[in-house]
Amino acid sequence: MKKALAVFVVLALFPLAMQAVDGMFYVSLASRILIYAIAATSLNLVLGYGGMVSFGHAAFFGAGAFVVGILAVEGVRSAWIAWPVAIAVAALAALVIGAMSLRTRGVYFIMITLAFAQMIYYIFVSLKSYGGDDGLSMPGRSTVAADVTLSNDFVWYYLVLALLALVLYGLHRLVHSRFGRAIDAIRENEARAEAIGFPVYRYKLLCFVIAGAIAGLAGALIANQSSYVSPSLLHWIQSGTLMIMVILGGVGTLWGGVIGAALLLGLEHLIADYRIGWLASYAPNYQDHAGLAVGAVLLLIVMLAPEGIAGLFRKKHA
Amino acid sequence: MSAILFFEQGLNGIQFGLMLFLLAAGLTLVFGIMDMINLAHGSLYMIGAYFMASFVQATGSFWLGLPLALLATALVGAVLEVSLLRKLYGRDHLTQVLATFAIILIANEIVRIVWGSQPIMLNAPPELTGPVALPGGLRYASYRLVIIGTGALVAVLLYLLVTKTRVGMLVRAGASNREMATAMGVNIRRLFTVVFALGAALCALAGAMLGPILAVQVGMGENILILAFVVIVIGGIGSIRGAFVGALLVGIVDTSGRAFLPLFFSLFLPPQLASAAGPAVASILIYLLMAVVLYFRPQGLFPARG
Repeated sequence: MKKALAVFVVLALFPLAMQAVDGMFYVSLASRILIYAIAATSLNLVLGYGGMVSFGHAAFFGAGAFVVGILAVEGVRSAWIAWPVAIAVAALAALVIGAMSLRTRGVYFIMITLAFAQMIYYIFVSLKSYGGDDGLSMPGRSTVAADVTLSNDFVWYYLVLALLALVLYGLHRLVHSRFGRAIDAIRENEARAEAIGFPVYRYKLLCFVIAGAIAGLAGALIANQSSYVSPSLLHWIQSGTLMIMVILGGVGTLWGGVIGAALLLGLEHLIADYRIGWLASYAPNYQDHAGLAVGAVLLLIVMLAPEGIAGLFRKKHA
Repeated sequence: MSAILFFEQGLNGIQFGLMLFLLAAGLTLVFGIMDMINLAHGSLYMIGAYFMASFVQATGSFWLGLPLALLATALVGAVLEVSLLRKLYGRDHLTQVLATFAIILIANEIVRIVWGSQPIMLNAPPELTGPVALPGGLRYASYRLVIIGTGALVAVLLYLLVTKTRVGMLVRAGASNREMATAMGVNIRRLFTVVFALGAALCALAGAMLGPILAVQVGMGENILILAFVVIVIGGIGSIRGAFVGALLVGIVDTSGRAFLPLFFSLFLPPQLASAAGPAVASILIYLLMAVVLYFRPQGLFPARG
C-alpha cells in the first residue's frame, strides 16, 4: 500500500516537474502510457487472474474508442453520456463474445477470441461514413459541462491518472474478494472448482465482461487522447501488443499492466526521441527501426526473465 | 450472373485456397507436433517473397529464382528453429506468443533495412502473362492456372510424403502423441528441424507465387497468418488433410463472398447500404465459418489427436 502511494505521488508530481523543464510533450506521452496501462490492466484481469488467454482484447478497447468517436461526430460530446455508453457497448460485446468463446478451451479459445475480434475490426472498417480505413477524426475532446472540454493536457493527465488509480484499486479489491478467490480457484483447477460447486462458466464470463468494460473505458480515453480513432486500435496486432504489455510487466500481478505499458511505450519513444551519437555515425537511420530494438528486448526478456519484469522483483515463495 | 462468372470465381477461390494450404501445412505441423504457437510463420512467407524478388532480379529468370528462394527461406527457417524456437517448445503458449511476436517485429525491421519500406515489384514470368481459353468460353489468366497446378502438385507430394514414407510416418506419430513417439525412439528434435525447414520452404513457395498477384511489402505476412490460423483451426490442429480441406473451404468462401455478396445484397438493399454491407460481411464470413465449425466440432474437422 505504501509503495502504491509512493508511485502515485511520483506520478502526480511528474507534470509539475515537466512544466518546470518545459517538457509538456512528455505529459501528453505519459497520459498515453497511463491509458494503455488501464487497457493492459484490464487484459491482465482476464489473462493473468482468470487464466483465459484472450487474443481479442483490442475488440473492446477499439469498440470503446469508436463509440466515443462516432458519438462525437454525431454531436454527442458530453463525457457523461459518451463514456458510459462506450463502457456499456464494450461490456455488451464482451458478454456476447465471452458467452460463445468460453465454451472452448486452450488454443481454441485463443483462436476464437481472435476470430471475433477480427469480425469487429472488419465491421468498423466497413463503416465508410465514419472514416473506414482512414480512421475517424473527432471535433475535439469530450466535454464535461457546457463549453468545458478536457483539452487542457494537465487536466487530462490528472483525470487519466485518477481513473487508473480507480481501476487499480478496484482490481485490488476484486481479486481479494470472494469473487477473486473463486477466479483463482478456477484458474488453478477448473474441474475441482466445478466439483466444489462454483458456477465456473458464470464466474469466468463475469470476469471477461468486467475486463471488457474496463477496456472500453480505456478505449474512450485513447480516442480523446489525440481526438482521433484509428482502425489499428482494433487490429489483432493491437491485441498482441496489449498481451505483450501484460506478459512483459508480469502476468497476474496488480502492477503488471502498468509496468508493461510503461516499458513498451517508453522504450519505443526512447529510441525514437534520443539520438545516440556513436550509433548514428554507423547507421544514420537507426531511429526509424525502433521495432528491431523492441523485438530484441522482448526476446531477451523471454529468454532471461520468464516471469516478466515484475517477476524479477517478486520475493520467491519458499 | 452468368455461369462463367461462377466458374471464374471458383477457380480464384481454389487458387487462393491452395496457397493458403502451403502456409497452413507447415503451421499445422509445428502446432500439432510441438504444441507451439508460431506467429512468425507469416514472416517466413514475407521473407520468401522478398528473396524471390531479389533472386529473380539477380538471375533474370522466374524459374531460376524460385528454387533459390525456397532454399534460402528453408535455411532461414532451420536457423531460426535451431537457434531460438527450439528453446520455446517446453514453455507455455503465452511465452511463445511473446517470443514469436518479437520475431515478427525483428523480421519486419530487417526487411525494411535490407529492401526498404516501399513495396517492391515481382512480375509473373513473361510467358505466363496472357490469358488462356478454357472450355466453356472462359478466358483465365494462365499464371493463376500455374499457381493452381503448383499448389495441387505440392498437395499431392505432401500427401505422399506424409502417408507413404518413413519420415511421414514419424511426423504422424509425433503429431498424434509426441511423448509416445519419443519413447519409441524417434528423434523428435531432428525431425522437427526438418519439418520446420520444409514448412519455411512451403511459405516461400506461397510468397513467391502470390508475389506477382499481391504486393510484396512489409507486413504482408501478418494478415495472411491469421487466415492460416483460421484454416488449421477449422481443419483440426496437426492434420495435413484438415489443413487441405480447411484451406480450400476458406479460399472459396472468402473469394466467392467478396465477389457475390455485394451483388446479392444489391438485390434487396438500397445501393449505398449494399456497397457498404457487402465487403463487410464478406470479410467476416470466414470467421463466421470458423465459429460455426468450432461450435459443432470443437476439435476441428479432422482432429489429429485421437
